[in-house]
Amino acid sequence: MSADFLYGIEVILNGLMAGVLYALVALGFVLIFKASGIFNYAQGVMALFAALTLVGIMEGQVPFSHMINAIFGTEIHHFGWHVPALLAIFLTLCVMVAFAWAVQKFVFRHLVGQEPIILFMATIGLAYFLEGMGDLMWGSDIKTLKVGLPQGGSRWIEDMTSGLGGDDFYGFFIDKLDMVATVVAAILVMSLIAFAQYSKQGRAMRAVADDHQAALSVGISLNFIWVLVWSLAGLVALVAGVMWGAKSGVQFSLSLIALKALPVLMLGGFTSIPGAIVGGLIIGVGEKLFEYTIGGMIGGATENWFAYVLALIFLVFRPQGLFGEKIIERV
Amino acid sequence: MKDSYITPDGRTIGGVLMDMRGITLRFGGVEAIKNISFDIREGEIRAIIGPNGAGKSSMLNVISGFYHPQDGEVWFRGAKRPTMRPYDVARQGIARTFQNIALFEGMSVLDNIMCGRLTHMKTGIFSQAIWHGAAQREEVENREAVERIIDFLEIQAIRKTPVGRLPYGLKKRVELARALAAEPKLLLLDEPMAGMNVEEKEDMSRFILDVNDEFGTTIALIEHDMGVVMDLSDRVVVMDYGRKIGDGTPDEVRGNQEVIDAYLGVAHD
Repeated sequence: MSADFLYGIEVILNGLMAGVLYALVALGFVLIFKASGIFNYAQGVMALFAALTLVGIMEGQVPFSHMINAIFGTEIHHFGWHVPALLAIFLTLCVMVAFAWAVQKFVFRHLVGQEPIILFMATIGLAYFLEGMGDLMWGSDIKTLKVGLPQGGSRWIEDMTSGLGGDDFYGFFIDKLDMVATVVAAILVMSLIAFAQYSKQGRAMRAVADDHQAALSVGISLNFIWVLVWSLAGLVALVAGVMWGAKSGVQFSLSLIALKALPVLMLGGFTSIPGAIVGGLIIGVGEKLFEYTIGGMIGGATENWFAYVLALIFLVFRPQGLFGEKIIERV
Repeated sequence: MKDSYITPDGRTIGGVLMDMRGITLRFGGVEAIKNISFDIREGEIRAIIGPNGAGKSSMLNVISGFYHPQDGEVWFRGAKRPTMRPYDVARQGIARTFQNIALFEGMSVLDNIMCGRLTHMKTGIFSQAIWHGAAQREEVENREAVERIIDFLEIQAIRKTPVGRLPYGLKKRVELARALAAEPKLLLLDEPMAGMNVEEKEDMSRFILDVNDEFGTTIALIEHDMGVVMDLSDRVVVMDYGRKIGDGTPDEVRGNQEVIDAYLGVAHD
């Protein structure tokens, strides 16, 4: 096999793994959109906030320390302890559930029955609020997230595959973190699907996604389901936040990955969980492969715009996405 | 009226299950229901009839908690009911169907009916998430109950079919199955036979009678078709322009001049 071909395969593998992370963020969007018809612009910021909180808890940072210091003239920053990663993840999850509850209680409960555009605007507000809140609570400096995930390329895979392509080929370079992310994402997605499919609450979730009135009539509290869905979106955001944070540090530009989820959703359809996953993978592979094959000829950096152009093409020819529900307007 | 009595066909009608007292419902300036009182007794089939726009569906929505009346009291099982959200009403044991069918279109028939059992499933979210023994047992028990209803309503053949693909008549039957799955104390049917052909109407009538007979379920139903109503129900409330203009057995109501006028129209001088 020629080295070029093998490098192509490596690009695809890396693309798939990047795609998993896009899919994770998109999944959070889909969960909320299906159950409540809200397009949650804040999903990316939720991932950022979750990652910030996780780092903060692990490092024993005092929340709101800058504000407290400014008001009381104190000099506190740290509690002086370190929380083990698993416990910190659990605590962060609790924070995300509390956030889900608060969002429902103070924002969306009061907006039931409003136009989708109003709900969307509310989530934009939420995004800025949460970004400010993250800043205020944990500070705006770039943090490193060390939850014990392996880093760097896998020597083992490199050694195993180096013999495949002759002298020009040195083996597949695959980031260990990417592999972990892929496995974790796969487990998360499968358990989410199993939960939605077989559990009582999952059934209620699907019921709410389908018909609000009917759901009410069988005794489902819409509020409970919405809190549940936002909590699950919080869980997905936490996982996405951990993976992106471990890869490139926890910084505020993390919230921008949410924008990458948009083309993913346009490809996969806004209402389909499999769609979010497949869409994420297509974008991930597509942008890496495009950069590898054509990028060099047109000056590179195509990864910044490739996903959006692809989404635009989809919008023209298949507006409901690959897996989305077909929009039929009866006249 | 005596506390309980036996109908000519041998069913026992018990005491008052639901008592609507002086219900008034307004939408803005429009009075949809004007000071209406009536009761529903245990084990009976109670019909609410009236011309279009009489306020029948509004009345059903008041009973099931979708609308909240500005005036009047709702008494259920001997206690005054506070203002309640629809899902709390459902948890109290009042199930309903809708005029324009509200099913979960993307879900299978089985899943739809299982949703009707949600009020009977008590295990918490953590137990469900880890698929703990109690959650499994509960699923199996409720599944058995659902299968009995599927047999009863003769929809075995479509158990796994997504509801969205079913024809109208079957959808109506699945909706009835979902409501029945809750084992309700009071079953509300909003025009269960609307849009059906004669044969489907006969089937549905038979099911309604069987449900009442077999499970002793109290049923309140809205219906347009006078013939069907007169055959099915023990007592009838007649509404017109939000007022109650008749209340009694089908025979009594049939002889009521106001009712005849409302249905046939009356010449204005």
